[in-house]
Amino acid sequence: MIKARVTVTLKNGVLDPQGKAIEHALGGLGFSGVGQVRQGKVFDVVLETADRAQAEAELKAMGEKLLANTVIEDFAVEVE
Amino acid sequence: MKAAVILLPGLNRDRDMIAALTDIAGEPPLTIWQTETSIPDDIELIVIPGGFSYGDYLRCGAIAARMPVMKAVREKAENGTRVIGVCNGFQILVESGMLPGALMRNSSLKFVCREVELEIANNKTVFTSAYAQGQIIRCPVAHHDGNYFADAATLDLIEANGQVVLRYANGTNPNGSVNDIAGIVNKAGNVLGLMPHPENLITAAHGGTDGRALFESALGLVDA
Repeated sequence: MIKARVTVTLKNGVLDPQGKAIEHALGGLGFSGVGQVRQGKVFDVVLETADRAQAEAELKAMGEKLLANTVIEDFAVEVE
Repeated sequence: MKAAVILLPGLNRDRDMIAALTDIAGEPPLTIWQTETSIPDDIELIVIPGGFSYGDYLRCGAIAARMPVMKAVREKAENGTRVIGVCNGFQILVESGMLPGALMRNSSLKFVCREVELEIANNKTVFTSAYAQGQIIRCPVAHHDGNYFADAATLDLIEANGQVVLRYANGTNPNGSVNDIAGIVNKAGNVLGLMPHPENLITAAHGGTDGRALFESALGLVDA
């Protein structure tokens, strides 16, 4: 079994209104040193295989086909 | 022209759309469930209504776009069948890659439900031929994720090709869409996606009929 994490983030240059709202809220809570916040998504995926290379290839395909909208989002795969 | 309406779990504007098409075409559209893998040959207009398919999980329209019926819709579209996606239907069309760009959360982060003004930015499409170029019409909107985005190169391309068909007019952009874009067509011009709801402004009882001509054009009921 292989555990992996896929992180999806908005591409640089794409406006992130939710990240902006969180950034302002952090400022309002007194965290004065926050330069920028970008919001993303995390997917923890368990694969029933022992083949690391195969798992990485499959996770990459999952990111491209469904987990990220590659028009506006980038994704990164981390295998445990 | 025979019309069909695609049904997916979580859509909630299907009844409005069926009522509108029935009123305009004089016969009810065929309804096609999401698990269907083919669409009858005699269907010439496919409509994907609005709502919250799959509860908007993951991204609006993302899961619906990958359902079996969308493969059939894509095949029909590639053969020239007209396709309209309204609101969530528009989100499904961009998620399926049938239209360029993406729809993001409204810049206000608020759900908007009100009337806007739309400019007919291109009346030389099969969907807008009954309107005048530059005509301003009224139309309701109701959405949380209608903020149209495309990268600079894509934007240049769709503007140059006349693929931007509808724009929010007179400062009524409700969602922060780039270039005030409210509706676009694909390059071939037979697939339209738009965030506003023209199906909710087609009889006097709705308070106006500004949306009627869009379906009359799409159904081939009017001469351009």
